[in-house]
Amino acid sequence: MENNDKNNYVNIHSFESFGTVDGPGIRFVFFMQGCHLKCKYCHNRDTWKVNSGTLYSIDEIFNKIMHYKNYIYPNGGVTASGGEPLLQVKFLINLFKKLKKEKIHTCIDTSGMFRITDDIKELLSLTDLVLLDIKHIDDEKCKKLVGFSNKYELDFARYLSDNGIKMWIRQVLIPGYTDDENDLLRLKAFIESLKTVEKVELLPYHNMGKFKWKDLGLKYELENVQPSTNEDVEHAKKILGI
Amino acid sequence: MEFKEWSGFKSGEWQEEINVRDFIQKNYTPYEGDSSFLEGATQKTKKLWDEVLELYKKEKESKGGVLDIDTKTPSTVASHEAGYIDKDLEEIVGLQTDEPLKRAIMPFGGIRIVEKATAACDKQLDEKVEEIFHKYRKTHNDGVFDIYTPDIRAARSSHLLTGLPDGYGRGRIIGDYRRVALYGVDKLIEEKQEELEILDVDNFTEDIVRNREEVSEQIKALKELKVMASKYGYDISIPASNAKEAVQWLYFGYLGSVKSQDGAAMSLGRTSTFLDVYIERDLQNGTLTEIQAQEIIDHFVMKLRMVRFLRTPEYNELFSGDPVWVTESIGGMGVDGRTLVTKNSFRILHTLENLGPAPEPNLTVLWSTRLPEGFKRYTTSLSIKTSSIQYENDDVMRTTLGDDYGIACCVSPMKIGKQMQFFGARANLAKTLLYAINGGRDELSGKQITPKYTPITSEYLDYDEVMEKFDVMMDYVARIYIKALNGIHFMHDKYCYESLAMALHDGDVIRTMACGIAGLSVVADSLSAIKYAKVKVIRDETGLATDFEIEGDYPQFGNDDDRVDQIAVNIVRTFIKKLRKHPTYRNSKHTLSILTITSNVVYGKSTGNTPDGRKSGEPFGPGANPLHGRDRNGALAVMNSIAKLPFDSSEDGISYTFSITPGTLGKDDEQKISNLVSMLDGYFAQTGHHINVNVFDRSLLQDAMDHPEKYPQLTIRVSGYAVNFTKLTREQQLDVINRTIHERI
Repeated sequence: MENNDKNNYVNIHSFESFGTVDGPGIRFVFFMQGCHLKCKYCHNRDTWKVNSGTLYSIDEIFNKIMHYKNYIYPNGGVTASGGEPLLQVKFLINLFKKLKKEKIHTCIDTSGMFRITDDIKELLSLTDLVLLDIKHIDDEKCKKLVGFSNKYELDFARYLSDNGIKMWIRQVLIPGYTDDENDLLRLKAFIESLKTVEKVELLPYHNMGKFKWKDLGLKYELENVQPSTNEDVEHAKKILGI
Repeated sequence: MEFKEWSGFKSGEWQEEINVRDFIQKNYTPYEGDSSFLEGATQKTKKLWDEVLELYKKEKESKGGVLDIDTKTPSTVASHEAGYIDKDLEEIVGLQTDEPLKRAIMPFGGIRIVEKATAACDKQLDEKVEEIFHKYRKTHNDGVFDIYTPDIRAARSSHLLTGLPDGYGRGRIIGDYRRVALYGVDKLIEEKQEELEILDVDNFTEDIVRNREEVSEQIKALKELKVMASKYGYDISIPASNAKEAVQWLYFGYLGSVKSQDGAAMSLGRTSTFLDVYIERDLQNGTLTEIQAQEIIDHFVMKLRMVRFLRTPEYNELFSGDPVWVTESIGGMGVDGRTLVTKNSFRILHTLENLGPAPEPNLTVLWSTRLPEGFKRYTTSLSIKTSSIQYENDDVMRTTLGDDYGIACCVSPMKIGKQMQFFGARANLAKTLLYAINGGRDELSGKQITPKYTPITSEYLDYDEVMEKFDVMMDYVARIYIKALNGIHFMHDKYCYESLAMALHDGDVIRTMACGIAGLSVVADSLSAIKYAKVKVIRDETGLATDFEIEGDYPQFGNDDDRVDQIAVNIVRTFIKKLRKHPTYRNSKHTLSILTITSNVVYGKSTGNTPDGRKSGEPFGPGANPLHGRDRNGALAVMNSIAKLPFDSSEDGISYTFSITPGTLGKDDEQKISNLVSMLDGYFAQTGHHINVNVFDRSLLQDAMDHPEKYPQLTIRVSGYAVNFTKLTREQQLDVINRTIHERI
C-alpha cells in the first residue's frame, strides 16, 4: 500500500507484543517494512521491499502500544525494528515524542548505515537505547556481505558515544564470514573506543529464515553455511572479552 | 471463651465468635523480605519422600494406576483404622485408609461408578456393599436419574451438557479447616448446637426441616472427626497448642473431608498465613526452629500429595492425571493494605523445591500488583523452574470477596467458611451454535435433540439470522441447564451431603449455582467468520449442516482485536443473563465460569465441524484460550483478549493457560524472572482473572512422551490445575504439545 505522508504513516511488517530480547524488559516490538541493505544472511528477507506490508497511521500504532502499557511500563518499553526503521525517521520522531510523554522507554534496532542528519539527531534525542548491529568491522568484507561500506555505521556509533546515547552493540556470528579472530579483535578495539556501550551481544547465525528467500523465489547464498554452534559463540565471546 | 492454647495471641472478636479472619488480622506478621531464610529438606523428609516416591512407582505400575482398594468399607470420616507411611518418620499423620495410597470406596454418590472403577482395576466390590447399595440404600446417582426429564437426558447424551456431577461427588466446597485448629472440635459442636436452637421455630417449613437435619448431620460428622483423630492418638476436642498441632489439627479436618467425600475438587482453602501465626509464636518462644517449621510443612504437603480417589476410566479421560484439586490459595493483600504474604507463604511454595514439582496441592498465588517484590520474584522463579503454580487476580476478587476468600478447584473464588457452590460443569456453546443452525438436530448423529426449531436453509450464513437463532438456542440451553442442576443438587444434598465440610461453615451460608461454558473461542471465531468473511454451508442429503467453507479472512479471538473480542464478551454477558432468568435450587446465586479443565479434548471430540474452520473432533481451546495457532500477535495480545472477558459476568472464574519456552521469556534467570513479574503485573492490571504459567520447551514434552520413566515428576499446568504429564492420556499429551507455546525464532 502506498501513502505519501511518511511523517504520519508507516508500513509495518509485523508486531510482537512480548519481545524479550530487543532491549531491556518486555518490549512491544514493531517490525517496519523496508530495508536498503542486502545482507546475505538476512532472516527476514520479506521485510526488504519498501512499499509492502500493512499501512498504519501513527495514532493506530500509538494506540496499539498503549494497549500494552501495563506490561511494558516501567521495566520494558518499545522497540522499533525492521527492516530498517531509520528509513522513516520523521515517523519515528512523531511516534517517540508521543511515547516520551507517556514516559515509555524507546529503542531502535538499526544497522546505523546512515549519515547523521538533523532529523536523525532529533530522533536520537528521543531515543533511550540503540541496538546497533555492526555488520562487519572490515570495510571490504562488509561490502561483500551486506552491499554497503561500514563507514556510516561506525560513524553512527561514534556519534552515539559522543552524545551520551546508550547502545547495545550486536553482531551476527556467521561461520566463515564474521568469525575471523583478527576481525573480532578489531571489533573489540573499536567497541572499547566507545563510551556508552552497555552490552555487547553476539547473535549466533541460524538459517531458519532461509525458507523466506525460497518463498520469494530467491537464491539463498549462504546455503552451505552451517548455523554457528554454542562453541563457536563461546570462542568468539572469549576473543571479544565478553 | 478462653483457652490456655491461645496464650500469646492478641485478643479480638475471634474469641467471642467463630471468626478466623479476625484471628489472622489481629495476629499475623506480614513478610516483605525474600526467600533467603528458607531451609532445605531434612534427612527425615528426604527419607520419607523417597518412600512415597517408591509407592508412587508401584502405584503407576499397578492395574488402572491404582495401588490397592479397600473394597469392603464404604468410607466415612472415621471408617478406617489409622494408616502410616513410616510412622517414626512422619511429623504429620493421617491417611484416607489404613495403608498409603490404598483407595477407599464412596458409594453414596453412586454405586455403579464404584463398581466400574473397581472392575477397571480387576477388583471385585464386596458383595455385601453391593447388596446394601443396590437394595437398601439409595444414592445420589439413583436420585438424579429418578427425576431426569427426556430433554435433560437428550442434552446430556448428545454432549450439549457435559461433565454434570450426577454420578460423582460435586466437590468444590471448602471447609474452613482452620477452625479445627483454632477452636478445637468441641467448641465447633457447641456452635452448631446453637444453630440448631435457632432452627427451632413454630413455622416448621421444609427449609427449616432440611436445615435442621443438615446441622444434625454436621454435628455427627464433627463427633466422628474426634474419633478419627483419636485413632492417631490425638485429642482434637480442644484447640491446637503449637505449630505442629495446628498443622495436624487442620489436616485432620481436611482428611475427614476427603474420607467422607470424593468430590470432583476437594480444595484446602487459604491456610498458610493462618498457620504462620502459630509458627511465628513458636519461633518467638524458641520452641521451634526454621528447619523444623519447614519440615512440618513439607510433611503436611506430602500428605496432601497422597490424597487419592477411586475414579472410572471415563472420568479419567475427562480429568486425567488423578486430580484432587487440593487448592491452596497463597498471598494476596488485606483490605487494610497490608500484604497477607507471610514467611509461611514462602514455605509452602518451597515444598516444590524440597520435594520436587508436583500437581498437588494446587498452589495458587493470589496476585496483586502490590504484592511484596520478594514474594513476586520467588513465585515466578518457581514457575520458571517447575511450571506448577497458577495465579489469580486478588485485586479483582478482593473488591467483592474481601480478603479471606479461597479458590475451590481451579478458578472458583469463595469466602472461606461462609460461601459454597453447587458445581455445574459446563454447557457446550459451540454445539449450541450448531444446533441454532440446524434447528436443534445434532450435527453428528442427525437426531433431534431440542424441540424442533426452524433451521437455517440459506447457502451462506447471515450474521443477523444466525445471531437471532443462536439467541433462542441459548435460551433453551440455559433453561434445561438450570433444570438439570436444580435436580442434581437437590439429590446431592439429600443423598450425599458433605456434612463435615459444611460443619466447617457458618450456619447461614451463601450458595452459588456455578454454571460454565465450553468452546467460547470457537463460538466467537465462528460468529466472526460469519460476520467478516463468507461462510458457505455444506449440507448432507437430510439438510443437516455438516461442514462449512470459509471464503476470506476474519479476525480471530486472541489477537487483541475488538471486532471479535467483543463478540466473545457479549456471549458471556448474554449467557449469564439467560441463566439468571431461571430460579435456582435453594435460591443460589447464578455464576458462570469459562473453564474446561482437560475436558476441552473430550468436548471437541463430540462436536462437529464449526463455522470457524475447526474440524470435527478437534479439541477446543482450554478454558478461555484461543484455539491453538490462531493467536498471531504474541502472548500479550492473547492476554489482552482474555482480560476483556468480564469477571462480573463470569464470577466463577476465567481460565487462561499460558505456555512459553524458557528462551523466549528472557536470556538469563534474572531477566526471565523480572519479565514474568512484569507480565503478570500487566495481565492483572488489565483485569485478567486467572493464568496458568508453563515454562518449557516442546522438545522436553516430546521426550517425556517417549520416555516417561525419565520424568516421574514432570508437572505442567493445564486448565486450572496441574498434572503429572506422564499420567495424561496420549491424546491429551498431544493436545498439550500442539497448543500454542509462545516461542521466538
